[in-house]
Order: sequence, then C-alpha cells, then structure tokens
Amino acid sequence: MAKVQGVVVINEERCKGCELCVVACPADVLQLQSMEVNDRGYHYASMVNPEQCIGCASCALVCPDGCIEVYRVINK
Amino acid sequence: MDKNDIIKEENRVYKRPKLLTDNIMHYCPGCSHGVVHKLVAEVVEELGLEEKTIGIAPVGCAVFAYNYIDIDWIEAAHGRAPAIASAVKRLMPDRMVFTYQGDGDLAAIGTCESIHAANRGENIVIIFINNGIYGMTGGQMAPTTLEGMKTSTTPYGRRVDLNGYPLKISPLFAQLDGTCYVTRQSVHTPANTRKTKAALKQAFQNAMNGLGTSVVEVVSTCNSGWKMTPAQANKWMVENMLVQYPLGDLKNTVKK
Repeated sequence: MAKVQGVVVINEERCKGCELCVVACPADVLQLQSMEVNDRGYHYASMVNPEQCIGCASCALVCPDGCIEVYRVINK
Repeated sequence: MDKNDIIKEENRVYKRPKLLTDNIMHYCPGCSHGVVHKLVAEVVEELGLEEKTIGIAPVGCAVFAYNYIDIDWIEAAHGRAPAIASAVKRLMPDRMVFTYQGDGDLAAIGTCESIHAANRGENIVIIFINNGIYGMTGGQMAPTTLEGMKTSTTPYGRRVDLNGYPLKISPLFAQLDGTCYVTRQSVHTPANTRKTKAALKQAFQNAMNGLGTSVVEVVSTCNSGWKMTPAQANKWMVENMLVQYPLGDLKNTVKK
C-alpha cells in the first residue's frame, strides 16, 4: 500500500473546467469529465486515478475558483 | 484505506479560506484573478486582519471583488484606487489598506495616482495584476501589451513605432524612495503561487508596520483576451510575458 494517500474533494458545481488542476497534478490523478457537465454546462474535474493521489495540494493551490479541498493520511 | 476514512477534519491539508464567499466568481475559467483573490483571503486570515483590512477595488474585471472576499471594500473611480487608499490609511492608520488593480487601471489611467502614492510612501499595499490586455472591455491594447502581441485594437500586433513600448511599471516603483518592497510574481504553478502568497504576506506586514508602500505585481493570464485555453495561456505567459517581465524582487529594503 502506498505510504501517503490523498483524496481531493471537488466542488463540482463551482468548477469551471479550466483544466489548470489537471496540468498542475504531478501524479496524473485528475481529468475533466468527458461527457458529464455541471449545472452551468462545464465539464468539471474529477479523480480518475484516485489511488495515485499523494495529497500534495498542487491542484488546490492553482484552482482559481477554490473548488478543491485536499485530505491526506500517512500510513505507518 | 477507504476514501471516506481519509476525508476527515484532522487529515485536511488544504481548505478554501473562510473569507472567500460562496458566490461563484464571474471570472472566465482559468482566470488568474481567482487565484490572487484566494491568496489575499488566505493571507488576511493568517495574519488575523479580518476586521482590520480595507480593500480598494479597481475598475476592470476585479471590480466585483467585494462580492468574493468578505472584508471591507471601497470601489474607486478608474485608476484612483491608490488615492483613495492613501486617504483611508491616513484617516485610519491602524487598518491594513490595499489596492487591487489591473494594468489598465494602474499602468494607464492611474499611473499618476499610483506613482505619487508610492512616492509619498503611503503605508499601503498595491497589488498589480499585469496581464498585458484590457480584459473587461474586450481585449484592447494596454500599456503593458508586448511588442507584436495581437489585441482587438492592434489586430496585426503592437508596433512600437506606432504604439510605444511595453510599460515596465514595477521598475518605476522600485526607484522611488517611498517604496519599501517591490516584487514581481506569478501564479501559474503551485510553487509560484506559494511565492506570491509569501510576497503578499510580507507586503501586508510592511503596511501594518508603517514601512512604506509595497507593490506586488502578479504577471497573469487573460486566456479569453489572448484567445487561448487556460493551459496554453500559462505556457504563452512563460514563453513571452516572463521574458519581458522577469520574476523576482526588484526592491526589498526590509530586513528579515
């Protein structure tokens, strides 16, 4: 099991699908939804490879709309 | 470990600052304004200045900043934010007063107010968002537009023989005796975002300590005005904007 495990929680209704979190993620965890859209018609971001997340919060730092919360545990 | 076991208060490493309201920002997807708003809210919260901060909003895309950050705001006439900030700070010296201005506001119509406020050494912070274009009004040429850059008023690219040279405003601030801290940052990567946050924090502390004017220029993107996707705009900014406007401290007279 991975030593560091992270989870990002994305506020899908706030997300505008700018893709900056996808570019910033060092572990290729995030992708924009290809089919699903939110109420305002944006393809929101979501975790496609959740097991790879290291909880570094890079996505949350560059998110212009503040839709991302990050949680992290270190498995001992 | 299950996802729901990780999502707990004690495991949280990043949360939206409380000062950022729930209103959805009107900015285009990927706009740098959102990141800078978030950083301002974080820094104000970390310094415990929630009840003491007064922001002066510009005319430009950030005109509605009062909808997004839950502090006191005054909306200034176009370019006049530093003049109002000077007055507010002089009347209420215990408050943290900052202006938030774009390049059309600060570097074009408000050059006079900005330069003179900095020259008087007013204890305010000037946050300058430089994206080289007039974003709100439809992507016209700004003084900071790069040579050869296409905008709606320079459709064949900016010509220096006709339109003049890109205005580098931060070096102008740096040579004034009234400024104590002039820095140029950006928010296109997580590392740069952290640096910008540190710069804002220092600037806010300088203002509270009465050390003079602090200027934080943030080289930003306007992907709608530049007709690019947000990711392309960031790349274009690194390749073109940062060559003309290199990042780093231009002046720092405050000893750490």
